[in-house]
This record gives sequence, C-alpha cells and structure tokens, in this order.
Amino acid sequence: MSTTGVSSWAVDLAGVGAIYPFQGMEWILLIIALTFWIWWHITTFRMELSRQNEKVKKYGDSKNIINAIEND
Amino acid sequence: MGNNLDALTTIFTEFYYWLTVALMFLIHVGFCMYEVGASRRRNHMHTLLKNSMLIPLVTITFFFFGWWIYWALPNGPFITGGIEWEAANANAPVSDIMGTNLSDRITGVFWAAFLLFSWTAASIVSGSVIERINSGAFWILAVLIGSGAWIIDAAWGWHYAGWMVQILGYHDAYASGVIHAVAGGFALGVLVVLGPRLGKFSADGKPRDILPHNPWLVCVGLFLIYTGFWGFYVACNVPLISPEGIGGEITGETWTATTIYLTPTTLGAITFNFLMSLSGGMMMGYFASKGNAFWTYSGGLAGIITASAGNDLYHPIQAMIIGGVGTYFAYKLHYWVENKFKIDDAVGAVAVHGYAGFIGLVICGFVLWGHPSSPYEGYATINPLGNFIGAIIMFGVLGFLPGYIASKILHAFGLLRIPKEVELMGLDFGTAMEEEAAAREVREAEIAMANGK
Repeated sequence: MSTTGVSSWAVDLAGVGAIYPFQGMEWILLIIALTFWIWWHITTFRMELSRQNEKVKKYGDSKNIINAIEND
Repeated sequence: MGNNLDALTTIFTEFYYWLTVALMFLIHVGFCMYEVGASRRRNHMHTLLKNSMLIPLVTITFFFFGWWIYWALPNGPFITGGIEWEAANANAPVSDIMGTNLSDRITGVFWAAFLLFSWTAASIVSGSVIERINSGAFWILAVLIGSGAWIIDAAWGWHYAGWMVQILGYHDAYASGVIHAVAGGFALGVLVVLGPRLGKFSADGKPRDILPHNPWLVCVGLFLIYTGFWGFYVACNVPLISPEGIGGEITGETWTATTIYLTPTTLGAITFNFLMSLSGGMMMGYFASKGNAFWTYSGGLAGIITASAGNDLYHPIQAMIIGGVGTYFAYKLHYWVENKFKIDDAVGAVAVHGYAGFIGLVICGFVLWGHPSSPYEGYATINPLGNFIGAIIMFGVLGFLPGYIASKILHAFGLLRIPKEVELMGLDFGTAMEEEAAAREVREAEIAMANGK
C-alpha cells in the first residue's frame, strides 16, 4: 500500500504507467488550481490599483512628479 | 521501450526536447533585459516584474487548457472535422500522461517546448506596451495570447493534420506566422487601444525618440534572444522518425528529421539558414537604419523571422536575401505606421515580429510553390494564396482582433492603463521613496551608534 500505487520495484517496468501520488484525484486538484489562478488575478489586480491610488495621494503633487522626471 | 534501439530513440528524443527548453529559457532572459534596458529608470522594477510574471501565469494556464486546445482543434472545429476528443483528452490536465508516467517519456518535454513558444508569444507583446499598461491587465492579455490565441493558430496551421495545412497548403516550418505574426498582430491590437506613452508625440503629432536608458542592456538582451532562438528552431523539428512512424506516402526505411508537419528536413539545413537569414537581417538592419545599434540587432531577429516559414527548405543564399528583404520592409513599415497612426511600439515588436512574420509567410508561398505541405495524401501543396490567407489569419484574425477586443473590454472597465500621475512620476516612484526612507533610517541609527548614543 502506498500513495503512488507502487509498493515494491520487483516489477516489469513495461507494465508500469503513472506513479504520482493520489491518482484519481486529478479533477479535485484541477478545480483547486483553477480557483487559485482566478483568485490570484483578482487579488493582485486589486492590490495594484489600490497601491496606485495610494501613491497618487501620497506623492502625486507636481513637486514630486517634476522631481521624479528630472532625476530620471 | 521494448529493445535497445527503441530505448535510445526514446531517450534521445526526450533529451533533445529537454535541451531545447533550457536553451529557449534564454529567449525570456533576453526579452527581460531588452525591456528593462528600453524602459526609463523610474519604471525598471515594474517593467521586469510585468514580464517575469507571465512565466508562471502562462505556464499554469497552458497546463490547464492551452495544451488541450492544441490537440482538440486541428479541424477548426467543423472545417475538416469535429473536435479531436480522444487526442485532446489524452493531453488534458487530468490525464495520467500529464504527470510522472513511466509509459510516456515524451509528453512532458514536448509540452514544455510548446510552453516556451507560449512565453515567447506573450513576451513579444510585453515589450511594446511598457511604461503605461497596468500589470494586471497585461497578465490577462498574456494568458489570452500565450494559452489561447497562439495555440489555436498552432492547432490550425502548425499541426500535421491542421485544417490550414490540409486545405490551404499552409507552410510555416519555424513559426513566422504561428508565433511572430500572431504576437505582432496582437500587440498592434493592444497598442491601438492603449495609446502612446505621454510625451511620445508632440502637439503637432510628430514622434519623439524616447531613448532606452541602457542601450548595452538592450543589445545584450537581443544577443541572448538570438542564442535562445537556436533552441526554438530545433524544438520545431521532430528529431528522428521512420517512414513507418510517419505513416504517410514516404517509402523505404530511411529515418529522418522532420518539421512539425512531418515533412523531411535536416538540422544541417536549418543551421545554414538560421545563420544566413540572421546575417541578411543584420546587414539590412544596419544599412536601413544608418548604423543604429538597436535596429541592427533587431534586424537580425527580423531576418530570421522572415525566413523562418521556409527555412526547412531554402538555399542559404535565398534565406539571406529573404531575411534582408523582410527586415527592410519591417523597418520602413514601423516608422510609417508610427507617423501615420500615432502608434507607440516601444521596442518595435510589431515590426520585427508582426510585419516580418507576415512578409515571410507571403514570400514562402511563392518560393516553395508546389512543394508538398505534408507527407500525407490529399493535402494541398504549398502555394502563394494559401500562405497569404494564412498570414491574414495569423496577423489579423487570431492576432490583431483578440488583442483589440480584449483591450477594449479592459479599457471600458478602466483597467487597461495606469493613471496619468503614476505614469509621469514612474511606476517605481513610491517604492523607491519608501526604500530610500528605510535606508536613511538605518544610516541614521548606525551613525547614532558610532557616536556612542
């Protein structure tokens, strides 16, 4: 008994296929991964927009902007 | 792997594709260097991260659905047949060959070779939109081109049974169209909606040069792209296959390397032609731009890209001439489009990849006219009209249109472009100020300790 389906290497390799753990759970893994992917886009996009607003509020006066351009 | 010959062939093929992936990684290193070098100092870190993060995003989405699309849609669907469910499901993310599997040693490396093409497609777009796009918006567009648009075109025109190959005789051995024209067209679609960087055009519409902050970094980046391009070329081939393995009309028992269409070629041929088209492009880039380093190096890329469609068969001198012709017109078109339509393509990506790729497809249709597009019976032979229609599909239908429509949607929600103040002060400005303040605080604490306080 093992998570990979292989409990001994006393076998003919010609008959061995997949050996990753928890075979049969691929759909569950995929749903978790898809959810994480969509969540990541939404969350990081929100973070980016809020950081930009914060930046404009904090540093967005003409003095800072001119300073940034001149020092580039 | 029933006997030693089978084992050698399998392990050689596995290692062959693995090596191409490692080489192609350099394309991405080059793109990052090139993009950061072309951006201004106040935008460096954002520019680097915008490009770098497409690596994980395109990778996971190409695993989730991009690879499935390639195997599902060679027939259109509904042009030469339906969805290829059996082949697609074998390559779906839930299939047992998409993991550690001792009975399949090739799928992982073949998938990765295609994935690196996907990164390239998204990275081409990344350079053209620097310094004014929201990273979040770009990453959505990167997934669309990297795991969507390009892989649909690959199923149609870069699959041994793709409908474009069967009906049009479309031939594009090293991806003038399926990677470069589609990514260039996509970038143009985004740029039309995104608009130019602030200050790019004067009030009377005259374009100004926004110079790269580090021309050395740009040129070394382009050199690295050349290096990675070797891996790209080799990855487009099947390294070793028997006539029996092809199962087409080829007779006898002579094994060969083939293109992705399973038509015979050799590594020697593509080595000749890669170097000669690079040379033609560099020489023409230097001449057309009057010795501008950026356009000379970009000319090398444009030369390869123009000749790529037919570099499996061209004579090396043909490859050199075709590379030079494509580079000349790509260069001229870049400035014509910039002046006429006020398009700000920061790194010339639309020209180098899009126009050169389009021109290369058209030239290939004439130069290889009548050559079999496939080893299988009943396929159209290579012809000018087929490749011209193919070029329109690549650049326009699967490139420009998705880029334009997706950008319009992002723009409608106010998500595409960064605020004007952020663009002026620079994307890194706030972070740089905070880092400077933190460093100042540490220095002051250290000075206080040195004074014995």
